[in-house]
Amino acid sequence: MTRRTTTPLALALLGLLLLFDHATADLNPYRAPPMLALGSGTAAVGGFCGALPQ
Amino acid sequence: MLARPALIAGALAAVLAVALFAGARFGLLLAIGLGFGMVLEGLRFGFAGPWRAMILRRDPAGILAQLLAIGLVALAAFPLIAAHPGELGGAAAPIGWAMAGGAFVFGAAMQVVLGCGSGTLVNAGSGNPIGLLALPFFAIGSFAGAYHLMWWTGLGALPVLVLEGTGGLMLTLGLLAAVAVVLLALAAPGTRRVPGRLVLAAALVAALAVGNLVVSGQPWGVVYGLGLWAAKSAVALGADLSGSAFWAAPGNAARLEASILTDVTTLTNLGLIGGAFLIASWRGLDQPLPKLPPRAWIATAVAGLVLGYSARLAFGCNVGAFFSGISTGSLHGWVWFAAGFAGSFVGVRLRPLLGLEGRA
Repeated sequence: MTRRTTTPLALALLGLLLLFDHATADLNPYRAPPMLALGSGTAAVGGFCGALPQ
Repeated sequence: MLARPALIAGALAAVLAVALFAGARFGLLLAIGLGFGMVLEGLRFGFAGPWRAMILRRDPAGILAQLLAIGLVALAAFPLIAAHPGELGGAAAPIGWAMAGGAFVFGAAMQVVLGCGSGTLVNAGSGNPIGLLALPFFAIGSFAGAYHLMWWTGLGALPVLVLEGTGGLMLTLGLLAAVAVVLLALAAPGTRRVPGRLVLAAALVAALAVGNLVVSGQPWGVVYGLGLWAAKSAVALGADLSGSAFWAAPGNAARLEASILTDVTTLTNLGLIGGAFLIASWRGLDQPLPKLPPRAWIATAVAGLVLGYSARLAFGCNVGAFFSGISTGSLHGWVWFAAGFAGSFVGVRLRPLLGLEGRA
């Protein structure tokens, strides 16, 4: 058996994750933040592994 | 496998689709993640492997490349964060008992599976079965570690300590140079040079990390996104996360309800997997899978859980704490480096005992 077996499995898992996400949350590009945080005038609010909960 | 034009077209289509349906920032972050994955897999730039090479063979090339990349990011990140304090933030986190212990355990576990935070994603994307098995357990561990984070942090932690300004940058670069000098002094004869491949990789990784900061307003991270995937799954299965100070906090609760395609670390994580897949497919996928005993697969699953859990206690993995912490001035990054490297000595010795040194 080679990686020809496992790479499709990795992609399939990603596909399942995205399908699950699509079924449980909506996307709205009109509420998206500016393309660049730098110069946007808005605070960064993304989740980060070093941040304590606020 | 797929032809190169089809792979490139698929990657571009994914970026455009995310930009169209989620927003331009999120499409750009997926593109940055794809770049990370392609550079890490294509140029063999990693974290766990080079630390192992230093421990076992006294070969410092890979770690020197890491230090170069961190220094390059610091050169850009320190002035950017200082000039745009509201828009951009560093990887600031407190030093504490659980933080240092988590980094030690993470260092050991990453040597067991030879995959750190970014490495596990890249390995999974390139079809490495160890990475592929470790990844879901990494996500579950990250979710659980975040759930318990406040209890662990309550064991004792200092205030957040951050090096800032020109003085902080000079001190960071000086410390990086000092570590490089120590590594060169300890190096085995004939290993005191960094291959051009790794210098190029360091420059590209640094450029992508600065891009991540400019686009998202935060440094490159891995672990938060993985924990979010497991947390959303837990909620879908009926779990009540209101008892967790971490997951019930307003910011995290909002992200639990939002699409993962609007989460910064998720997008770069997906890109890491996708970029590694692209390069592995270009190279060919005929590499045989390793023949390992059952205990090795069990150890991989357990190590994946431990990686995720410990990375949360340590306020990040090799990327969020070591790479991004040091390059944006957080002193917890330096403690993470020392503790994680010490843990790696343990992990290097555990790996053969757990049956993970098998050959294909």
